[in-house]
Amino acid sequence: MRTGQQIKTVAPKPTEIWRHRHILDIDDFSREEIEFVFQTTRAMKEVLSRPIKRVPALRGKTLITLFYEPSTRTRLSFELAAKNLGADAASLSAPASSVAKGESLVDTLSTLQALGADIVVMRHPQSGAPYIATKYMEASMVNAGDGWHAHPTQALLDIYTIQEHKGDLKGLKVVIVGDIMHSRVARSNIWGLTTMGVEVTLCCPPTLLPTGLGGEHSQLPPVKIEHDIERALDGADAVMALRLQLERQQSGLLPTIREYIQLYQLNQTRLARAKPDALVLHPGPVNEGVEIASAVAHGPQSVINEQVTNGVAVRMALLYILAGSPKQ
Amino acid sequence: MKKPLLIKDGRIIDPTQKIDEVGSLLIAEGKISWLGKGKASPPQADCDVLNAQGLIVCPGFIDLHCHLREPGYEEKETIASGTRAAARGGFTTVCCMPNTNPPLDNQTAVEYVKSRAASEGVVRVLPIGCISKGRKGEELAEMGDLASSGVIAFSDDGKPALNSYIMRQALDYSRAFDLVVIDHCEDTVLTEGGQMNEGIISTRLGLRGMPNAAEDIIVARDLALAQLTGGRLHIAHTSTEGAVELIRRAKEKGIRVTAEATPHHLTLTEERLIGYDTNAKVNPPLRTERDVNALVQGLKDNTIDIIATDHAPHTEADKLCEFAFAPFGISGFETALASLMGLVHSEQLTLSALIAKLTYEPAKIIGNRQGKLGTLATGAPADVAIFDPSLEWTVDTKDFASKGRNTPLAGEKLKGRVMATLYQGKLVYKDDSIKVKERN
Repeated sequence: MRTGQQIKTVAPKPTEIWRHRHILDIDDFSREEIEFVFQTTRAMKEVLSRPIKRVPALRGKTLITLFYEPSTRTRLSFELAAKNLGADAASLSAPASSVAKGESLVDTLSTLQALGADIVVMRHPQSGAPYIATKYMEASMVNAGDGWHAHPTQALLDIYTIQEHKGDLKGLKVVIVGDIMHSRVARSNIWGLTTMGVEVTLCCPPTLLPTGLGGEHSQLPPVKIEHDIERALDGADAVMALRLQLERQQSGLLPTIREYIQLYQLNQTRLARAKPDALVLHPGPVNEGVEIASAVAHGPQSVINEQVTNGVAVRMALLYILAGSPKQ
Repeated sequence: MKKPLLIKDGRIIDPTQKIDEVGSLLIAEGKISWLGKGKASPPQADCDVLNAQGLIVCPGFIDLHCHLREPGYEEKETIASGTRAAARGGFTTVCCMPNTNPPLDNQTAVEYVKSRAASEGVVRVLPIGCISKGRKGEELAEMGDLASSGVIAFSDDGKPALNSYIMRQALDYSRAFDLVVIDHCEDTVLTEGGQMNEGIISTRLGLRGMPNAAEDIIVARDLALAQLTGGRLHIAHTSTEGAVELIRRAKEKGIRVTAEATPHHLTLTEERLIGYDTNAKVNPPLRTERDVNALVQGLKDNTIDIIATDHAPHTEADKLCEFAFAPFGISGFETALASLMGLVHSEQLTLSALIAKLTYEPAKIIGNRQGKLGTLATGAPADVAIFDPSLEWTVDTKDFASKGRNTPLAGEKLKGRVMATLYQGKLVYKDDSIKVKERN
């Protein structure tokens, strides 16, 4: 088989549904847009099932990954996605300290622009950093995680994974357990899942819950808050555990990690409160034995590895759609 | 000798004389020499004329809270650029905060600012001295020395006097000079790392929030200390509903407290942060509509005595970065009046109340050691602002005299514009459309 195969997709043309030149946040994605990403993802999964997993849809395009924070799966996933679509992928690792040393983010971005980047995939420890790019760069910006703010491609792959197992998302009950406050994954999932009609329950210590969630604010998505993990998990269709950074204890948000484990760890007894076929997700990297028991992370209900696999397909879909979307 | 200037046929508003009517103002030798109502003719025939028909003529504005950045941060602003920006905004007296480098915590530093103001400035600059040595909040600065060098208040602005003991001493010690202690009310333990108001928008943007409680706590503490000592307390940039309530109750109890609010806190909300506009990053942060409404209510019932800009210029490079790395502050002189006129146009505040809070009320807090300020009474310095209440214009920061173009109002259409400013009888700013002609 040659690599010149086309993508078997009956998806509508990007311009009809798709409004974005950048992927910055999922909070301005419509349900139709998310469905469109999923439809394209299915076509990409078909490509990935071939012996030669390549299509030339992005031939001649240059994608640069710019990571100010360490990452294993996200960065690799984007680079593989780009290569599978025939794009040239290059990467720049910029430790956060280089910001202090001199070159500003705006300078770095204009360098990437000058190098001919068509798409820049950026991870940055500061919320909102990708938004600067949209003002000073012609290339499309894909947010691969910014501070506590958003990680839209992660949320899309999480939701895609749930949909693959459960079919219709509407009315499903998904529980997110852990450090919601500092989690861009949680934020993006809250917006994405509620947009798809999922009933989202957040479970965490009150000190790790961002202001206003669970109240009735038109600017925030409707979610339920349940601080008791067993009650939260009652009848759940899927549960997502979040990584707990150990420094949260030092900053006084938790008395001890030990107590956190006692109260909030996703273990087998607690998981038994969910539906028998409930999925277990985790965005990785996993702190086994802290937010999730090893037996659960590796148990039959875990789809953690599928999330990684789907990550490539979802990112291929997004890059493909972006490449076809009009420049402004 | 320079000819007298007749400002003719403007709508003269001077809250100190309870005047609001069309008339003319004659200025000679840097002072108001005559005020005539209606079509009254000036006693002096030989003068230049500025036709103010359709314009408001009022005392020049007094800003009790601004940052001129000199010495130490001349790339952000200088006394030369800052006072020109003030003149463009209708301000004839500006009180500069001491968080310069070095800080204004000693007589020499204050004398330096005064001498720069005398040689470079185009409006009156009244320095504010530090509360504590080096603004460290540990030991009192030489307040008596500072007072005799002419500071009009004490403040460690930019941060609070977090140590309650120091704040108590400052309020007590300053009673000897009858000067106010201005506190930046923020419990910085609660706001550590904070970037914006804590609430719905900070949750959406994933930015660390600064809760209202951080302001309310220090306001409550300061009011208790003012009651304890009998010192004169002035609350800088009030931004929360809770602080307004606390100040209102304290005034009812007779505690000696005055308070200010800024144009941005009176007119903008945290929604301005959506999109991560670093030019809307300010401390205290822009808050919610509920807080804005409480502040406006506070202005109306005089809980909030004055409006002060907290003009805080920064360079473009300072603000062109990740949100968390950008410094706090809004360049405010040149948009202050126009944004405040929004409150008048929406009938939330009367024009004369607005003018009082920009002129006579801050003059009262400063006291009369600096002469008669904030009035058009005959014999007073001819500090005059002339503005068109309804002229629409678009904010173009390229036109700013300030080095700081950091405003969230860039590109915004505002209604109301300063047309001319006189400082001690001298025209220090005029719009191109204003012509001064010889009489007849």
